[in-house]
Formats: sequence, C-alpha cells, structure tokens
Amino acid sequence: MKFVDEYRDPALAGRLLTEIRQTVIHPWVVMEICGGHTHAIMKNGLDQLLPAQVELVHGPGCPVCVTPVETIDRAVAIAARPEVIFTSFGDMLRVPGSVSSLFMAKSAGADVRMVYSPLEAVALARQNPAREVVFLAVGFETTAPGNGMALLQARREGLTNFSLLASHVLVVPAIRGLLSSPSNRVQGYLAPGHVCTVMGWQEYEPLAEKFGVPIVVTGFEPVDILAGLLMVLRQLEAGRHEVENQYGRSVSRQGNPAAQRIMAEVFAVSDRAWRGIGVLPASGLVIRDHLAAYDAERKFDVETISVRESELCKSGSVLQGLIKPDSCPAFGRECTPEHPLGATMVSGEGACAAYYKYHGMRHA
Amino acid sequence: MHNLNPEDFSCPLPIMEYETIQLAHGSGGRLSAELVSRFFLPRFGNEILNRLEDQAVVDFPQGRLALTTDSFVVDPLFFPGGDIGDLAINGTVNDVCMSGATPLYLAAAFILEEGLPMATLHRVLLSMEKAARAAGVRIVTGDTKVVNRGCCDKLFITTTGVGRVPEGVNISAANLRVGDRIILSGTIADHGMAILTSREGLSFASRVQSDTAALNGLVAQMLQASPDIHAMRDPTRGGLATTLNEFASSSRIGIMLEETAIPVRPEVRGACEVLGIEPMYVANEGKLVGVVPAEVADRVVGAMRNHPQGREARIIGEVVADDPGLVVMRTALGAHRIIDMPVGEQLPRIC
Repeated sequence: MKFVDEYRDPALAGRLLTEIRQTVIHPWVVMEICGGHTHAIMKNGLDQLLPAQVELVHGPGCPVCVTPVETIDRAVAIAARPEVIFTSFGDMLRVPGSVSSLFMAKSAGADVRMVYSPLEAVALARQNPAREVVFLAVGFETTAPGNGMALLQARREGLTNFSLLASHVLVVPAIRGLLSSPSNRVQGYLAPGHVCTVMGWQEYEPLAEKFGVPIVVTGFEPVDILAGLLMVLRQLEAGRHEVENQYGRSVSRQGNPAAQRIMAEVFAVSDRAWRGIGVLPASGLVIRDHLAAYDAERKFDVETISVRESELCKSGSVLQGLIKPDSCPAFGRECTPEHPLGATMVSGEGACAAYYKYHGMRHA
Repeated sequence: MHNLNPEDFSCPLPIMEYETIQLAHGSGGRLSAELVSRFFLPRFGNEILNRLEDQAVVDFPQGRLALTTDSFVVDPLFFPGGDIGDLAINGTVNDVCMSGATPLYLAAAFILEEGLPMATLHRVLLSMEKAARAAGVRIVTGDTKVVNRGCCDKLFITTTGVGRVPEGVNISAANLRVGDRIILSGTIADHGMAILTSREGLSFASRVQSDTAALNGLVAQMLQASPDIHAMRDPTRGGLATTLNEFASSSRIGIMLEETAIPVRPEVRGACEVLGIEPMYVANEGKLVGVVPAEVADRVVGAMRNHPQGREARIIGEVVADDPGLVVMRTALGAHRIIDMPVGEQLPRIC
C-alpha cells in the first residue's frame, strides 16, 4: 500500500535503530504524547528494539482516556432520554462512567449508535426530524475541526435537532502541565503528528524554549517514530532543545488555517478537568455562547453529580508518565480490558490497554 | 439495458397471491403450504425433503457422526461476494468438515419478518440452492416461522448439518503438539471487511468481497495428503487471532506467528487501516487454519494449493513450548507482540 509500506520497511527501520544505538550515550526519558504513538510502539514492539538507555513513557494523548467520568455520566443520562438518538465513535461506548457505560445504556433501551463521522450524525438528524440527535464530541485538536464543521453544517441546513456533547482537550496545555510538575522526568517529546497537521508546530516553540526540551513532530508508522526518536536523541546528546518536524509529508509550521478557523468559530478555550490528572487551565474547548442551541450540555438540563474513581486505579500516574502501566498493582488483576477500572484500560489508544494487548500478563 | 441473468429465466419468481410475506404464511394453513410447495421445494427438493414429514429419515453410514448448528442474522442480507443464503450453507458445511467429516445432510429453519418481499426470499433460496449443490449437500428437513413486523430484521436462517468422520481422523483444538506447523488457507479479513464496508457505504472499498465458500473439498484434499491433521478450524467471528488463542488455550501450548507470512489483500488492508481495525480479528467465511506435524506440512500445503480454496495456502507459524496459552507474533521489525483474544463486540451481525 503506497504511503504506508514505505514507512513500515523493516530494512529502513533497522538502519534507524542502528543510528539510534550509535547516537545514544546517556540515558534519556522521552515521552510520546499521543495514544496513536503508544499504540504503534507497542504493536510493532519498538520499545523492545531500543537501546537500554532510551526509556519511552506514555503521555496523556488518548482522548478517550482523559474524558472525565462526569462527561460519560452526562452522556449516559442524555442517551437515556426517549427522544434522543445518541451517537459516538466506537471507543467511547465501553468507557465506564460512575455507574454505567453507553453500551450498558444501549442494552437498557437507549438508542445509542456508533458512527464513523460526525457528519453521519448530522445525516441522522436530517432523517429523523422528530428525534434529538446528539454526538459525543471528544478528542484533541485533531477531531475538533470536524466536529465543529458538523455543527456548522447542521446550522446551515437549519436543523434544530442536532447537538454536540463536547469534551475537547488541547495538547499544549497538557505538555505545559506535565513539564511544570515537580515530579517531571521527561527530557524530550514526540509531538502528535495529527494534532500538528491541524495546528502546526508554532505553539510548541515557546515550550521547547522555556523548559529546554527538544520536541519533534512525529508521524505514526514505525519508521516515522524511529526517525522522530532519533531526532530527539540527537538534540538531547548535542544539548539542543528545538522544535523539529519529522512528519513533513503532513505537517507545516502554520498547520491548516481553514481547520483552525472552524475551531475558533465554534469553540472557545476553557479550563478543563482531565480524567486521572485534574483541572488544567485553558486546556479544553467549549461551544461558544451564540451556538448554545447546538450544545447538548445546555440543551438538556442534566444534573451533574460529582463522582469518585476507583482508588486502585493509577491511571493518573500512568498518564503523567510517572509509572508504567504494568507497575500498577491492579494491572491485569482487578483491571483488565473486560473489567476496566480506568479509561486507560478501555481505549485501544490507552497505555494500559496497549500494554495488556501487546505484552499481556508476561510482565505483570 | 437491463442485464439478463440466465438464472432469472430458469427460476422465475413464482407467482403468489401476495408480494410480501404475510403472518398467514407461517400459520400452517393454506398459505404456508403454498410457500413450501412454490418456494422451498423447487429449490431444495429431493426425495427425502419431498416426503414433507415432520422429520427426515435418512440412511447413515457406519462410524462417527459430526453434528453442528449455526444461526445467520447477517446485516445486510446481500453483500459483495455473497448473501445470507450461501453464508447459511457454507458456514454450517464448514463447521461440519472442520472435524474432517464429509458433510451429508442439512436442516434449515427460517424466521421471516412479516412484510419481507417474496422476491428477497426467492433470491436467498436461489443462492442457498446453488451453494448446497456446490458443496454436495442436501437439505432434507426444515421449518418456517413468520413473526410480526419489527420482531426480527427481515430474515434469519438457522442451519444444522451432519456429516461422517472418516476412520483414523482425530481433529481437535486440544491436539496441538510442540513443533507442529500452523497452515492458513488464504487471505484473512475479507468477509468482515466486505460486510463493514458495504454497511458503512465506503466507496473506496467497493472491491472488497466476502470470501464465503464451502471448504469440504479442500479438507478432503488435505486429508488425502495426510490424515494426520491435529487441529482445524475456520476462523469466523473473532478472526484468526481468536481461533489461534482457542488452540493455544485448549492444548496448553504456545503459538509463534510470523507477521509477514499472513496474507491480507491490499484493498482489505486499506479498509482496515482507514477504520482502525486489526485484520487478525476480522471474520472469514471461506478460510481455514490447520495444524499438522512438521514432517507433513509441506505435503499438506502442496495439496491445498491444488484446490481453488487453497491457492494461497502457506505456513504462518509453529507450535512452541514457550508461553503456554499465548499466541505471540514476530513483527516485521523482528520484535514480539502478543496476539490476545478480542474484547467486546467488534461488529455485530456479521454472519
């Protein structure tokens, strides 16, 4: 398959690994922010092939994992209303809230449907004028423009029965939060290629400067990840801290201005709670006031209940790169993909699920 | 111009009083009898079924019997490469013959939704007739029920199959031995992705076709090459990953796979990439995975390649003593990863 096979070429990957081995002298801790990176690293076993001095830690870049329990609870409550068709990407359906998941709501009679695009949800609203169609809009800057576009499309068509339950999060405030933490161990970052396709890498430059960390925008195939890692390690060994771009076939410094315009038109930046981490300032997106009619949170008056997470779950420490998933005492015991205690065990991009799936109980 | 299909000439839609299924078609009365005589018997008729007794009384050869049953609820009814009709025949034929048995007779039960177009039912029956003939099995008994509109989705079929297991053949998921070779008959993930892409209307993936096919001919050829087949299954729901995990756990051995040896069609791989689906977990309906001693592996693969259903047969891995109960894959880059059982429902109503 063109544009994929080149980036999975074992010979090229082998050469990059050799270069990494030749480059690394000191021990380094590098974080991949994005769950897509974590997944690709585990799937291809890249962590097994790296020299011992390079430690990869897994960041909070899995939108499913950091969506607060309250949002899931709100989704379940809205989905239970008889007039609602509740739509979501597949990942979110299994995420446990405080009492139920969307899958459980579905089996209890709620009309919950999996879609592959928010525009499918708009189409459902068009086809079902007597029903209220709600789309669960989660994700980073990657999905926000598409979800914003769906909202604008619904408005253009004059659909009054479409709304978003929005829980969008932003990458840069998360990295800033991690770097500001006194317990931070991370010395270099692989920045998320898809988010940067939308946002560009300008906004990472102040971070690299202020915290003295190299940041390399990286793609998602094994060769991309090894090349991005090599670029980070070269900078670390040379004492540099710049933003570099490995993912040139997709990312420019400015990003995608059309997508950014849609985001700015639909969403405003706000403080946001991250599951397992807590509230990070200016780290989320909310629907702007003049579009409140499309905001499910305001359209459906759902009471917010404050909830407690399982005390056994250490997903907060995992998401901050403080511990590896298999160092959590509950990993593979009380907490498995069938019975997840935290969202990091639910999503395919969650670090705990990736460890469980690709390493299993071998290391537990 | 309208495409002329020779089959439309040989088997025109029987003229019926109603164009759609009525509740009375399941009443056991006149309309039921008409449905059986005009729709079912012309398609499946044979001297056993034609007796229209409450049961089929059949001659049965000496030896061991293989018996299986399966329900088919696939959505949509018609998909690229097949439909619920040939799926219902092939699926049950394959379950019988994975024991090494020669499939002999099938029973078929239909649950029809009130309002189902007669033309839809006719098209499904034609396809079942064709699949049964290709597999060399006869439908010797059956049942039809009609439920109120909304109580089932169009049409569900249950087929039951019986076959005879030859002497000296002992195939079981618990029989894997260290050193055995794992053989796969062809590309994986075709059926599941055909269903998913037709359901989602993904135009780029329009070339993805289901692989639905009866495998009894292929199995006969394998047994001729060597009756010493330790285990065999058709990796349907849950895909190749699930079947291999079942083998590993039943036999308490480990399985080591080579990622690069597992064939996936480019269009299927493309669809999997776009939808974020792992082909190892996607259903097949015309593939088998066999486990044989190393010394006969090449002979069995050679025999498989002489059969239309096994042209791309190959060895994809071996049974190892390490990590009993686990399936491990050597990735293209030379690292290892565990291929676990899938969690949750990947895709409902795939067969």
